[in-house]
Amino acid sequence: MSYTENDLAEDLQNQEYKYGFVTNLDSETVPKGLSEDTIRLISAKKEEPEWLLDYRLKAYEIWLQMTEPTWAHVHYEKPDFQDIIYYSAVKQKKYESWDDVEPEMKETMKKLGISMDEQKVLTGTNVAVDFVMDSVSVATSFKEKLSELGIIFCSFSEAVKTHPELIKKYMGTVVPTSDNFYAALNSAVFTDGSFCYIPKGVRCPMELSTYFRINEKGTGQFERTLVVADKGSYVSYLEGCTAPMRDENQLHAAVVELIALDDAEIKYSTVQNWYPGDKNGLGGIFNFVTKRGVCEKNAKISWTQVETGSAVTWKYPSCILKGDNSVGEFYSVAVTNHFQQADTGTKMIHLGKNTKSTIISKGVSGGKSNNSYRGLVQIHKNATNARNFSQCDSLLMSDECGAHTFPYIECKNSSSKIEHEATTSKIGEDQIFYCQQRGISSEKAISLIVNGYCKEVLNQLPMEFAVEAQKLLAISLEGSVG
Amino acid sequence: MSEIINAPVFKKVELILKNEFEGVLSEELKTKSSSILDGIQMPTTRTEAWKYTRLGKINNKKFTVRKGDVSDISSFIITKDVYTLVFVNGFLNSTLSSGTLPEGIICQSINEANSDSTFTKYIGQNLRLEEEVFNSLNTLNSADGVFIHIGSKVILDKPLQILHILSETNTISNLRNLIVCEKNSEAKIIQGYFSENATDSFTNVVTEVFVEENAHLTIDKIQYENDSCYHVATEQVQQEKNSTFTINTVTLNGAIVRNNLNIEVVGQNCLTNLNGTYLLKGNQHVDNHTIVDHKAPNCESHELYKGVVNDQSTAVFNGKVFVRKDAQKINAFQSNANVLLSDESTVNSKPELEIYADDVKCSHGSTTGQLDEEAVFYLRARGLSEKSARKLMIGAFVNDVLKKIENEEVKTFIFEILHQRFDWELSN
Repeated sequence: MSYTENDLAEDLQNQEYKYGFVTNLDSETVPKGLSEDTIRLISAKKEEPEWLLDYRLKAYEIWLQMTEPTWAHVHYEKPDFQDIIYYSAVKQKKYESWDDVEPEMKETMKKLGISMDEQKVLTGTNVAVDFVMDSVSVATSFKEKLSELGIIFCSFSEAVKTHPELIKKYMGTVVPTSDNFYAALNSAVFTDGSFCYIPKGVRCPMELSTYFRINEKGTGQFERTLVVADKGSYVSYLEGCTAPMRDENQLHAAVVELIALDDAEIKYSTVQNWYPGDKNGLGGIFNFVTKRGVCEKNAKISWTQVETGSAVTWKYPSCILKGDNSVGEFYSVAVTNHFQQADTGTKMIHLGKNTKSTIISKGVSGGKSNNSYRGLVQIHKNATNARNFSQCDSLLMSDECGAHTFPYIECKNSSSKIEHEATTSKIGEDQIFYCQQRGISSEKAISLIVNGYCKEVLNQLPMEFAVEAQKLLAISLEGSVG
Repeated sequence: MSEIINAPVFKKVELILKNEFEGVLSEELKTKSSSILDGIQMPTTRTEAWKYTRLGKINNKKFTVRKGDVSDISSFIITKDVYTLVFVNGFLNSTLSSGTLPEGIICQSINEANSDSTFTKYIGQNLRLEEEVFNSLNTLNSADGVFIHIGSKVILDKPLQILHILSETNTISNLRNLIVCEKNSEAKIIQGYFSENATDSFTNVVTEVFVEENAHLTIDKIQYENDSCYHVATEQVQQEKNSTFTINTVTLNGAIVRNNLNIEVVGQNCLTNLNGTYLLKGNQHVDNHTIVDHKAPNCESHELYKGVVNDQSTAVFNGKVFVRKDAQKINAFQSNANVLLSDESTVNSKPELEIYADDVKCSHGSTTGQLDEEAVFYLRARGLSEKSARKLMIGAFVNDVLKKIENEEVKTFIFEILHQRFDWELSN
C-alpha cells in the first residue's frame, strides 16, 4: 500500500483523465425527454409497486412547480431537461451470478480498479461493492457474507422488492421530495442506487462501497442511496464515480440519505472524479447532489469527500443533529482546475443538547477555476451546549482562479460556542524554495505541500481511498501552477 | 412646530412631498431614483442582503419630514474642543452650531452647495441606486446634509463634530452628506446620532466619502437614538492611492439599525480600518453590512466587529471582502466576535471572502459564544463578586474595539453611556 515518489512521477506522466473511455455494450434506453409517461415507463421497467410510482409522480408534480435555483456561485448553461435520457440499462436481462456478467463489463470494472472477486478478500482488499452503470446496478459483491450478519446491502431496486417496509419507512424522511429542485427531480426519475441496512448492534466488518459510472451518451444519472444504521451499529461507506470524456455536459443529480439511529455511527466517504471537462472547459459532468444525514441520540455521522472531478459541482453534505449528544463531521478537499467550478460545503443543524460538529474544508483552485465554500451552522434555541468548529482554507494556484468563502452562522442559544475561521493564500515561495534547496523539484514540492495541506482530511479516508485520493490530487493539479 | 408634510413611506415604495422640503439634489439624480422607487418594493428576508433583517416595523409606519428645534444640546456634546455642527430632524441648525473653520475647508449645507463644482462632480458618483430602496429614497428626498471639502494639503486642527438629533415623533430624516478630502489632507470627524422626545422616528442617512491621494480620514460614529427609532446608514467610500480611511461604529441603541459600509479601494498602498461594536438589549436589532472591495494591488484592510447581545435582541454581521483580479499583494483581515447573554437573543454572522487574485493573504474569523466560566471563576477566586467579574470581562471584550478610538473624550462619552445603560465600568 505504500506509495512512493516514483509511483507519483509515473502517475503524473499519465495526466489526462484516465477514466475517460467508453464501454461498448448494447444498451436499452428510453427516448429523450421528461413527462409523466417517462416516469411511468421507468417505473414499469423496474417493475415497481404502485406506491413508489405514486411517490415519483407526486415528486414530479412538485418539481414542475419549482424553478432552478441560481444562488450558487457557479455559471453554467442550464440543462435542457427534455434533452436527457432518463433511463439507460445494459441489455443483458439479469445477472443471476457473477459469471453472467459480460466480459466487456468485467473489463470496464477492471480498468476502473473495482474488484468484485470475493476470493481476493484473503489478499487484503476487504470491500463489498455495488456497481452502478448508468441507470442500473450491475452487481453487488459479498452479499451472502454480509447477510449472515443480517446486513442488507443491495441495489435500491432490489431493496424495493425485498424490503419494501424499510424503504417505505425511511425513504424521503431526510431529504423530502420538496427539498430542492434537483432532489425533486431525482425523486421523480431516480433509477437505481444502493440500499444498506445495518441491524442493531452490528459492526459492519468491511467497507461497503458503491461505484457509479456514467457510460451511455446523452443520459443523466439519477441515483439514490439510502443507508440506515440501526441502534448501536457502525458502517463505513465509500462512494466513487467516473464518466467518459465527452463534449457534452451530462447531468448527475443524486440523493443520499443517511439515518443514524441511537448510538449508531456512519462514516461516508466520497471520491468524486466525474469527468471535469477538457482544458478549454468543454464538456464535463454537472454534479448537483443532495446529501444529508440525520443523527438520533448519541449518533455520529461523518462525511469525508475528495472532490476533484465534474465541470460544475454543487453539493452540501449535511447533518441534522437531532438527538442529544450527537456528532456531525465534515471533512472536504475540493480541487478545481482549468474551467471547473465548485460550490460546496455543509450544513450543520444543531437541534439536540450537547451536539457537536466539526467542519474542515480545504479548497485548492488552479487554472481559471472557481472554488467556493458555502456552509451553514445553525444552533437552535434548545441546543444547549452545542459546539461547532469550522475551518475553511483556500489555496490559490494561479492568478486567474477564484476562491471564495460564504459561511452562514446562526446562533440562538447562549450556552453554545461557535468558531469559524477561513484563510486564503497561495503556496509560499519560501516553502517551495526550501524544498528546492533540498533537491525536490518545484512540481514535486507543490504536490508535497498540497498533500500536507490536505492531510487533515485525507487522514479521515479509509486506506484504499486515501492512496487513490493522493494520486488524484497530484494529477488534478498537474499543469495548474504558473 | 413647523409645517408638517405627510410622507407615507412605501408599501409600494412611494413618497409624496410638497415642494417646501423638496429634495435638493440635481433633477437628474432625483428623476432616476424616483423611477427606481416606482419599480421596487421594500426588501424582504428573501433578498439576500436583508436575509436576517425584517423591515415590517418600518414598512407599517408613516413618517413625516419636518423641521424641529432643540433648546439644550449640552447632553449630546460628545467632545468640547471641536468645531460643531448640529442637525435637528435632518436640517442644519446654525444657531446651535459653533466654531469657525480654518481656511481651505468648506463646510456647508448641501442646500447651498449646488453651485460648487466639487459638490456637483462627486455627489451621487459611486452610490448605487438600482435595487437600493433606502439610497433611492434618500437621493430623491434629501433636503439637507453637510458638504465637507478639505482642500489640498489642509490638516484640520481639531475634529469636526456633527450631531444629529431627532426631536419629533414619526419623523423621517433623509440626511445626505458628502465628504471630499483632497490630496495630502487630513481630518477627523465625529458623528453622533441622538433623539430627544422622539419616538418611532427614522433616520435614513447616506454619506459619500472621497479620500484622495495621500489623504487621511477618520470617522468616529456613535449611534444612540432611543429604542423606538430606526436607523439606516450607508457610507459609500472611495480611496485613492496612499490614503487611509478609518471608521469606528459604535451602536448603543435603536430599534432597528442597519449600517452599510461600502469601501472601494481603487488606488495602491491604501490602508482601511473598519471597527465596530454593538451592545444590545431589549428588542433591538442591529445589522452591520460591510464591503471592502480591493480593486488595486498592495493594500491592506483590517476589520474588527465585536458585539454583546442580551434579552431578545438580534445582531447581524455580514462582512464581505472582494479581491479583484490583478489586485495582488492584498492583506485583508476580518474578525467578528459575539457574546450571547440570553437564550432569546440571536446572532447571525456571515463573513465572506471573494478572491480572484492569488498572491494575497486574506482571512476571516467568526466566533459566537459566552463568557469563559473558568475566567469568571478565576476572578471570583480573587475576591470579585460574580456580577463584577462578568462586568469586567464584558468590558474587556468590548474595549478591544473601543480602544481603537483615539479621541479620549469620545471614549469617555461612550463609557458613560455604557455605565448608564448596562452598568458596566470601563475606563481608559
